[in-house]
Amino acid sequence: MTPFPIQSLYGDHRALGLLLAVGLGVAFGFVLERAGLGRVRKLVGQFYGTDMTVLRVLFTAIVTAMVGAVILSAVGLLDLPFIELRYPTYLWPMIVAGIVLGAGFVVSGYCPGTCVVGAASGKLDALATVGGLMLGGLAYAELETAMGAFPNSGALGSVTLGQWLGLPAPVVAAAVALIALGAFLAAARIERLVAARGAPARDAPARAAEAPADTPAPAPSGADVALSP
Amino acid sequence: MTKDGKPFWNPYAAGVALGLVVLATYVTMGHGVGAATASFRLGVAAVNAVAPGHVQAVPSLASTVGTRGALDNWLVFEVLGMVLGGALGAWSAGRFGREVARGATFSGGGRIALAIAGGTLMGFAARLGRGCTSGQALSGGALMSVGAWAFMISIFVGGYGAAWFVRRQWR
Repeated sequence: MTPFPIQSLYGDHRALGLLLAVGLGVAFGFVLERAGLGRVRKLVGQFYGTDMTVLRVLFTAIVTAMVGAVILSAVGLLDLPFIELRYPTYLWPMIVAGIVLGAGFVVSGYCPGTCVVGAASGKLDALATVGGLMLGGLAYAELETAMGAFPNSGALGSVTLGQWLGLPAPVVAAAVALIALGAFLAAARIERLVAARGAPARDAPARAAEAPADTPAPAPSGADVALSP
Repeated sequence: MTKDGKPFWNPYAAGVALGLVVLATYVTMGHGVGAATASFRLGVAAVNAVAPGHVQAVPSLASTVGTRGALDNWLVFEVLGMVLGGALGAWSAGRFGREVARGATFSGGGRIALAIAGGTLMGFAARLGRGCTSGQALSGGALMSVGAWAFMISIFVGGYGAAWFVRRQWR
């Protein structure tokens, strides 16, 4: 048993649970805002190669929560198998939903969480996105029966990458961390390439201090520098 | 006019902080964070206020309202906290300002229309995918759920696929 009553949202502890939910939300919104993710240019910069903050924040958060969950589960503070049950896989609807959500992300400029933060910092386009979320959710509810069995297709249950690939969880966790690291290096490279091509004005200040050590100083001998004959 | 205010946090430091928020939510709520659910529930509550008969006729709307009402859900309270936290972050960093964020040559009305259209696509997708960027990709991804990873990769595919078509709104 974990020390925290997971059923805290029921019965006598309900009010306390909801108060805690507000507190977690405050932390969530504050961190997103301070990361710059209430800012539309920082968000869409991900898809134009000008500012890959989304990838950096998202993958670092995934690795942090992933490693933390494994550690807390090992010391008995977290009932990990119970939480995993809350995340069943329905492969086909999730792939289609991801593509549609990604398109909606770049069309609106926000995602469903960051538009809340954008709206809270005064951005009217973010508030309009929240309005769109309501319409889309309601449209889904109206159309759900017309989609037949599709929303429940590709049901694999609460399967983890480790179970699916037949690998131990720590190996998959290490692989995810390595992939994240590779993605961070690739992101910095893409940003430099796009910036060198003269991309539209960037929202973020120059991130020269963050450039990895393998970045050569711009030298006239570089292959990308076209010297006139 | 966009106010820049204080510099943003280092993205890796912000990512660690965000991961710890997700972890704290797992421990205390037995579930990850979420965002789209609250907007959906707010929409259902609005429909229920004007057309309760219609809500009862649509199964997933009726089950969302239940016996306690559409807004009596911990994720609604969590997103209420996000509004407070986001406003606090922006205000204390000197970034709070009313504007329609868009490119200099793009109309405000066009930008609002695209924001609503994109939001509608995401609201639909978050129901179909059983979560959004926060509720499925981040919270399920950290649990190494196969579906969450398929969803996350698909988000990037959809985003990169659509980016070219809406590029003018940022110019």
